[in-house]
Amino acid sequence: MSSSKGLTFKGGIHPTSDGKALSSSAAIQDAPLLEEYQVIIHQNIGAPPKVLVAKGDEVKKGQVIAEAGGFVSVALHSPTSGKILKIDNIPGPMGVPVQAVFISADGEDQWGELMPPMDWKNAEPQAIKDRIRDAGVVGMGGAAFPTHVKLSPPPEKKLDCLILNGAECEPYLTADHRLMVEYPEKVLEGAAILGKAIAVTDIYIGVEVNKMDAIDTLLAKADAYGIKIVGLQVKYPQGAEKHLISAIIKREVPTGGLPMDVACVVQNVGSAAAVADAVTEGKPLIERITTITGLPVKNPSNWRLKLGTPIVEAIKFAGGIVCEPAKIILGGPMMGFAQKSLQVTVTKNTSGVLLMKKEEITQYQSTACIRCGRCLDACPMNLQPGSLSAAIESEKFDLAAKNNLMDCVECGSCAYVCPSNRPLVQHFRRAKAEIRNRSKK
Amino acid sequence: MNEEIKQEAAPKAEMQLPKGNELVLSSSPHIHANEDVQKVMLKVMIALMPAVFAGMLFFGNAAILVILYCIAFSVAAEMIWCKFAGKPLNTVKDLSAVLTGLLLAMNLSAGVPWWLCLIGAFLAIWLGKQVFGGLGHNPFNPALVARVALLIALPKYMTSWVPTRFMDIDGITCATPLGVVSTTEKVLQNAQGVFANVANPEAYQEYFLGNMGGCLGETSAVALLLGGVILIFFKLIKWQVPVFYVATVAAFTAIINYFFPGVTPPALFHILTGGLLLGAIFMATDMVTSPMTKKGAVLFGIGCGLITCIIRIWGNYPEGVSFAILFMNSLVPLIDRFATKKPFGFHAREDKEGAKA
Repeated sequence: MSSSKGLTFKGGIHPTSDGKALSSSAAIQDAPLLEEYQVIIHQNIGAPPKVLVAKGDEVKKGQVIAEAGGFVSVALHSPTSGKILKIDNIPGPMGVPVQAVFISADGEDQWGELMPPMDWKNAEPQAIKDRIRDAGVVGMGGAAFPTHVKLSPPPEKKLDCLILNGAECEPYLTADHRLMVEYPEKVLEGAAILGKAIAVTDIYIGVEVNKMDAIDTLLAKADAYGIKIVGLQVKYPQGAEKHLISAIIKREVPTGGLPMDVACVVQNVGSAAAVADAVTEGKPLIERITTITGLPVKNPSNWRLKLGTPIVEAIKFAGGIVCEPAKIILGGPMMGFAQKSLQVTVTKNTSGVLLMKKEEITQYQSTACIRCGRCLDACPMNLQPGSLSAAIESEKFDLAAKNNLMDCVECGSCAYVCPSNRPLVQHFRRAKAEIRNRSKK
Repeated sequence: MNEEIKQEAAPKAEMQLPKGNELVLSSSPHIHANEDVQKVMLKVMIALMPAVFAGMLFFGNAAILVILYCIAFSVAAEMIWCKFAGKPLNTVKDLSAVLTGLLLAMNLSAGVPWWLCLIGAFLAIWLGKQVFGGLGHNPFNPALVARVALLIALPKYMTSWVPTRFMDIDGITCATPLGVVSTTEKVLQNAQGVFANVANPEAYQEYFLGNMGGCLGETSAVALLLGGVILIFFKLIKWQVPVFYVATVAAFTAIINYFFPGVTPPALFHILTGGLLLGAIFMATDMVTSPMTKKGAVLFGIGCGLITCIIRIWGNYPEGVSFAILFMNSLVPLIDRFATKKPFGFHAREDKEGAKA
């Protein structure tokens, strides 16, 4: 580590209360078995998986219930053993209904036939990538982008570096933190496997320095794997792919480019642990660590939840509530999605279930921009949010695009700092969607 | 009685989760910095306090009265406009009118009558701000709009200065150092001798503390500098504006003074006298009417400095800070258009494309 403050990038914000203390010392617990799971079929970015089961089928835990529906797609597995009740719509995490496989648990929670453990040190990179795809591993930090696709750049792109994202810069979330503290070897081995899959030996794990216990735990064991642990400054969005690369290896991903353009691949620590399970034990991704937190939650804590767990049940695992929540968010407070149904179920990228009190979510009235320039300082992409917003509000999408709107990573730092409470990032999301639609036509 | 107890005890047993439709739906981010316009205005006022106290110290009760009049009339002007325009009174609550009033007072002599404060306040709030759509939409610094309008309309009141309480002067008016120099340039042959009278180490000491004629908020360099430190500490201004403004004035006047010592006094005289520090630290840095990028702030500061020097040395007015800032205010949209930031990854993209070509 180069300094006690840690490496970082230009811009970003320091949320005043990060809420991590609520759950950061709560050890990961296994959730009790429920009677029914509703596994959302399309959990990954890219093509939806093709369902292989039908109503009435018996399934074992870990059995494939849907196979990858294309290259940018992954398989989906049953979280427990039981019977397929039906395939039907349920409320989705993005606010629109989505298809889900309803599985009635038989209470045995019995594994089916696992994939054979791999001797990954002597395996072909392609075999590792296939295994990762077959195990259904996606980016578990939030994007749910299939992991094997990131590991398969076009042949002209050479890779020389792998970075694992353990920054967990979103306030309140502690799932990755607990994972690194309690299962450091799984994370490190996953990192080494990922390195093997892309044939690089230069491997870093970036962790914000507010998780010193995680850093120390990883450091103690990292040498055996030849992996470097890097302390990062506590700043949002430190975990954003491009900014993580900028902080750790000082390379700047070109605008509109991807990490592979600077010979680098970034993966989440949760995904790395899932890769380790898939490769060394043959276990598919059927559960994930999720932080259930917020002031209204009785016991803010971290849980290993099966895919398809309704969030209402997840909140009950954490002891229920002690006061009325006014908002329930999947993910963190900066980029998470507010929910209107408690029947939404846990997916591969549900990093947190955050409940907020009425007093915490005062709805602001936005006033005129006073041109203070805070959004310019906060923007990690070095954009000019104030001017972009002015262009979008007068429907000048072309001007906004010309001023690099499409580089916005939608981290929300601009809206967070705005003293006039202007919905900046909200405007940008709308305009980006609008511009994409127009260019399709 | 029993029912009441039950109701109270119920939540403790097990609270029911709310129904989905009772939940608030909104797009992220779901948290916000503990900051709003009112706090921003309040912090600027805190930064002004050293200069306010200096004004009170040097000009006594008269200064306090001018400040109170200006603030009261500005708030009244804001309320009246909002009432007749059917707007909510947010802009009164956000303290922006109070700040405008305070800044206006800083730009007036402690000797002005109450009705001049009244006219100034209405000019600042109505002509300077509301006709353009209110806070955030005004192209010009409202307090300076009022000051310049008053200067043109009522020169007699705007160019007579009361002495400070520590000056050894009989009489009710005095000259500002810049005023002395300005008349000198045009009238006397022996300009350098007069310059030496007002531009020497003892005089600089007085100017630095604020013991000279001038607007009630502009005289004390030390108080204004302290305010500048507070502004920069709270990140309320871009430091590039005052630094490049003052540096430009210093460089320009130093060069002129070096080659033509009879034309203008040394640079330090220009920095410490007149409204330069008040203008550079508090007036030119007004967020609404200054550029948004750091690059723009540099250009803006340099422009303000050049125009100030030209007016001070060759213009008909002894002081050019207000005119310079208003002129540069009008260029801000243009500056904002050209002094833009390059996005993260822009140079990397250029390098990459350059390598390909």
